[in-house]
Amino acid sequence: MAGQAQAWLDVSDDASALTLRPQGDWVVQNAQALDKSLQTLDTVGRRAATFDLSHLDRLDTAGAWLIYRTARTLERAGVQVTTAGGTAAQSTLLHAVAKSDRPIKVEPREGNVLTNLIVRMGAGLDEGGRTGRDLVAFLGLILETLGKTVLNPRRMRATSTVYHMEQAGLNAVPIVALISFLIGAVLAFQGSEQLRRFGGEIFTVNLVAVSFLREIGILLTAIMVAGRSGSAFTAQIGSMKLREEIDAMRTLGLDPMDVLVLPRVIALLVMMPILGFISAMMGLLGGGLVVWSELGMSPAMFIARLHDSIGFWDAGVAFIKAPVFGLAIAMVGCFEGMKVEGSAESVGQRTTASVVEGIFTVIVLDALFSILFVKLGI
Amino acid sequence: MSEREVIIAVRDLRNQFGPQVIHDHLDLDIYRGEVLGIVGGSGTGKSVLLRSILGINKPRSGRIEIFGKARSDMTPDEERAVERRWGVLFQDGALFSSLTVAQNIQVALKEHLHMPQKLMDEIAAVKIGLVGLPPEAGPKFPSELSGGMRKRAGLARALALDPEIVFLDEPTAGLDPIGASAFDELIKNLQATLGLTVFMVTHDLDSLYAICDRIAVLAEKKVLVTGSIDEMMTQDHPWIREYFHGPRGRAAMAAKSAPPKS
Repeated sequence: MAGQAQAWLDVSDDASALTLRPQGDWVVQNAQALDKSLQTLDTVGRRAATFDLSHLDRLDTAGAWLIYRTARTLERAGVQVTTAGGTAAQSTLLHAVAKSDRPIKVEPREGNVLTNLIVRMGAGLDEGGRTGRDLVAFLGLILETLGKTVLNPRRMRATSTVYHMEQAGLNAVPIVALISFLIGAVLAFQGSEQLRRFGGEIFTVNLVAVSFLREIGILLTAIMVAGRSGSAFTAQIGSMKLREEIDAMRTLGLDPMDVLVLPRVIALLVMMPILGFISAMMGLLGGGLVVWSELGMSPAMFIARLHDSIGFWDAGVAFIKAPVFGLAIAMVGCFEGMKVEGSAESVGQRTTASVVEGIFTVIVLDALFSILFVKLGI
Repeated sequence: MSEREVIIAVRDLRNQFGPQVIHDHLDLDIYRGEVLGIVGGSGTGKSVLLRSILGINKPRSGRIEIFGKARSDMTPDEERAVERRWGVLFQDGALFSSLTVAQNIQVALKEHLHMPQKLMDEIAAVKIGLVGLPPEAGPKFPSELSGGMRKRAGLARALALDPEIVFLDEPTAGLDPIGASAFDELIKNLQATLGLTVFMVTHDLDSLYAICDRIAVLAEKKVLVTGSIDEMMTQDHPWIREYFHGPRGRAAMAAKSAPPKS
């Protein structure tokens, strides 16, 4: 840096004519100060002005712009402006800047706040509708591909499927187990506190067993898998889409549905029931330990109570729900990944959308299942 | 060009990734006001050299002097000050995708200088004009631009702080011949107008003929020779002969020596 070089404008007044002498370094580092002092330039009642550039030390585009802008303002006020002195390079620069004098917009259009709000609401609704429709179409495509694969199992990408089973399933076991254990313990603890008031602490076992086997275990697992794997699916497929890898795949005669989507769908279809089962068992373990320590109920007694309080369908419904949840999460994850376009920012937006939509879909499905099971009486 | 000031001097540079030595005993001088073209086969470390000078890659050993001071002796503040004096155009522009073109140009202005928004907008407009983009490009996002426009926008961002030297990484790669010639022309004009020093990694023989004052050939892990294009033609080294006397080299030379069309 050439020190803290200064720049200023020397103004001399001669009857009706102004002489402006830019001095020092008219460079971008000094632009802010120069801009400020130029704002206060008094030009009222002048007929002519001369820019004397012979005292300039350095000039860059920012400085040239400021000189040009001042000259332009003066000319628009009806002042005759001439330029004197200055090197050939400096006048080239001034000419180049003058040629580039076309105002621009910095941001894409900003309308009225209210209209924007309405426009955004409309666009959001439209987008929501489209997403819903496209998701159904995507589900159809997945089922079609799945059907073809069942008829012709050689189509299945075994390596890829097993890889995703490991990533999305096996590697999720520790966190799913830990969280389920803790939630089971908390549920038992809080439940026993409340039930104690009716003298029904013993029903804590029913509370933990039924809620974990029917609802919490699988729901907790689904939410965790959506956060862990649904988002990963979107980011993986999305960045492949950005780098045109998916287009490349198509040109090589590979169907992305076969290569990318189906292995992930199958992986979650298979792994969700297993993860759900682990979650339920860990929840019972956490609940059982709390019941043991708080209520003094021995493990043998706990197991006996379990036999009395739960039936086949309490565990059965979770196994019906699990593959459906897995399918929903994988579908949303892959679908959002395929929708990535343009920029890295889009990957981020789609990943967020994938997690939100994945969890939303799982909870809606869970509600529908609840109604169904109540109607069926199981 | 009587007295040539060296603004960047690379001495005894060594770069190595694992067992693979990229550069060994590499020396290079960059003079103020010149357009230096760097050529070399794939894998000879042209980009690594660029990244070493920029400080993105830390070299294994060697000394890089920038504006008369060794990079290794600089305090972080001095490094920041040096970074304001150069601009870099990455291969595909490397524009920030979440910002518009105008905002991309303003990033450095905003970060380093506290300017009023209006002045920054004006400066961004000037830069957009200088690189030959239409004013409508200002509020567009990089993903809405063509490859050639992205390069121009990247160049405008590199010029935001009016640097003394610009580094261009394959500026004409991926452009059609018309776009590439126009970009060469633009670099030449800007170099003349702004008094820039240009360091250009390129494979484009037409660019070498059209705008480079001096060419440095990277081979055998170092800068094998430097010199003007005419000096390159007389070199005996097989790779250099192949490069400049091959069919493409001859075509580019023919284009250069042919009288320009109207």
